[in-house]
Amino acid sequence: MAKLLNVALLGNPNTGKTSVFNRLTGLTQKVGNYPGITVEKKEGRSRLDPTTYARILDLPGTYSLNASSMDESVVVELLLNKKDKDFPDVAVVVTDVENLKRNLLLFTQVKDLNIPTILVINMADQMKRKGITLDIPLMETQLNTRIVLTSTREKMGIDSLRKAILNYRALSTEPAMDVTTIDPEYFESLQRIFPNESLYKLWLVITQDVNFSKLDRQRVSDATAFKTQPESDLKRLQQKETIKRYQLINGVLKQAYKVDLSVAVDLRSRFDRVLMHKFWGYLIFFFILMLIFQSIYDWSSIPQDFIDGTFASLSDLAKQQLPTGTFTSLLAEGIIPGLGGILIFIPQIALLFFFLSLLEESGYMSRVVFLMDRGLRKFGLSGKSVIPLISGTACAIPAVMATRNIENWRERLITILVTPFTTCSARLPVYAILISLVIPKQGFYQGMTLMGLYLLGFIMALVSSWILSKTLKFNSKSYFVVEMPNYKLPLLKNVLITVLEKTKTFVVEAGKIIMAISILLWIMASYGPGKNFSNAAEIVQQEQPQLNNERLETKINAYKLEHSYIGILGKSLEPAIAPLGFDWKIGIALISSFAAREVFVGTLATIYHVESDSEETIKNRMASEVRQDGSPLFNLATGISLMLFYAFAMQCMSTLAIVKKETNGWKWPMIQLFSMTLLAYLAAFTSYQILS
Amino acid sequence: MIRLDQLDFGVLAEIDHIDTDELPLKLIEMGCLPGNDIRLIQKAPFDDPLYLQIDTSHLAIRKETAQHIFVRLKS
Repeated sequence: MAKLLNVALLGNPNTGKTSVFNRLTGLTQKVGNYPGITVEKKEGRSRLDPTTYARILDLPGTYSLNASSMDESVVVELLLNKKDKDFPDVAVVVTDVENLKRNLLLFTQVKDLNIPTILVINMADQMKRKGITLDIPLMETQLNTRIVLTSTREKMGIDSLRKAILNYRALSTEPAMDVTTIDPEYFESLQRIFPNESLYKLWLVITQDVNFSKLDRQRVSDATAFKTQPESDLKRLQQKETIKRYQLINGVLKQAYKVDLSVAVDLRSRFDRVLMHKFWGYLIFFFILMLIFQSIYDWSSIPQDFIDGTFASLSDLAKQQLPTGTFTSLLAEGIIPGLGGILIFIPQIALLFFFLSLLEESGYMSRVVFLMDRGLRKFGLSGKSVIPLISGTACAIPAVMATRNIENWRERLITILVTPFTTCSARLPVYAILISLVIPKQGFYQGMTLMGLYLLGFIMALVSSWILSKTLKFNSKSYFVVEMPNYKLPLLKNVLITVLEKTKTFVVEAGKIIMAISILLWIMASYGPGKNFSNAAEIVQQEQPQLNNERLETKINAYKLEHSYIGILGKSLEPAIAPLGFDWKIGIALISSFAAREVFVGTLATIYHVESDSEETIKNRMASEVRQDGSPLFNLATGISLMLFYAFAMQCMSTLAIVKKETNGWKWPMIQLFSMTLLAYLAAFTSYQILS
Repeated sequence: MIRLDQLDFGVLAEIDHIDTDELPLKLIEMGCLPGNDIRLIQKAPFDDPLYLQIDTSHLAIRKETAQHIFVRLKS
């Protein structure tokens, strides 16, 4: 049997750690979640020699072992718990040659945990351009480790890294620094109480909230002989520790690291001057956004139509080829359309993440965050909320997924909660048909209405984040420290792996729920209680014997729908939605819109028994629907009320599913569902009552 | 000695002292320590946030954070 080594990959953000991971593991990666939290857990395999494999865990990027976010706690907790099944046999700390000093801070901390540690100096291809020379043998002696120079761009060093991992037993486990020197008296008393524990581990447990299997924070503070320190003193000691570490690092680098600035080429300031300009910076950003969204709309429509068509014909094929019965009907009307409803989002999600990861990889995203932070902070959001809010106009699902890089939980949560207000592409068909029905064609009224609805979405997102920022109170202190990385040409491999990963997450996670609800909707539409449903054919035939076969069948289907469970539900909703100007048929459409908003048009098509589903005929049928008093159902009041309802209501189960995943529970998606729908109801109610 | 948010563009300064209780440890770990060189590269509109070079790190912080960092001009 092959031997398996546990390898933990650590490093500061922006050091190219993930590139190293991608090169080591290729497509063997698996992405999951750490139990109970939404931090991504990425692992993959790498073959070291014919009989040895490494199980490589790509830990979240962290600046130090002093955790300040959920992502960072994951790292500390793993390194402290020897019993954890993921506990590394060897740690690999990835650093970037240009920021070596800062990156080495983490290295010295990891080494102090007595774990065999390899130091990777990445982006070695940059050394010449930046005029940097390194004395590797000297650094290896002074840091007491093995150093591997890598460049993922020039594909160098990965084999040496594999070899170094394989020979991990040769690595020293001596700590880099003696932490007790920051306060000898304090550490001495600590050692007296816990004679068998490593002092640096104890120190980490005391200074932060992490679980530590054998000994928890409580026990440390409970120990009677131990004088606890107030928090500000601890922080002062942490600062002292940091200073000590930098002294050590400076001592090493002074001899081993040389920079000849006259050779260095500085692209950063040249790009920054334009991209972060007070006027041009915003204009360029706006232009890039336009370009991205135009491409998402343009490029995804062809594959989306293809997916739509394929599943429609698959459905037909199933109906024709399989014996009639419950199973066939479930397959053709529940499962296949449900699957299609999941897959149809893939082109948009894949494209959006393709562009987002280009922006991220190139280093541009940090500049956008810088430009937008001030404006968005007024609403309780962060500069980092820009991307989700704007991605929301394509689809809220990838937008919610894109909130992951907002470190501050409060700002992230608010962003997640308000993103569904932005007008997603699924609302567009609904708006389109309603506008053409109720808004006069002359002048610019129709276009203005559509633009107004988009604006309304953004405004409501900002207003509700403002309200949330006044009501949500979290203890976590909010601060904003954003590293401005160097500009880099994105690596295609990294970009494609990100796209693949995000798409897979969506299909698997949101897919499960979309599927379940699609099947539920099918059951509710295909079954009904009592004779009205089961004898629909006879009843309709008796009532209208003059109908020909085709007309008869659609009429029967409509009658069945009316008396199915979903029809009954629609009817029982009627008293509640009548003040909004909706009848029970619209009620059904509202319920089934929950599977996806664009279903609205299709559902009305079924209910108004239209043979072809071309928009024109649906429109005509809708236009000729009348109320009991003979006035048209879709008048201006109903139309506006319905549009407002669609603008505000949380009607998308896929979004709820992804919010549930990102916030780890049903609490926030439920709050979202009820408050948004209530707002939608009130808006529709008010507008209908005023206009009618 | 002046507060960091009053520093001019491009002027090289040295961190004199910081208000440890008010600054996130992360910032300190990124090099915001007494004795290190600091330079203001850019300000966003309304002078917030600030884009800084501290030692060899490039980072952005909000003005409210910068008010707890005190610097000395280097001639």
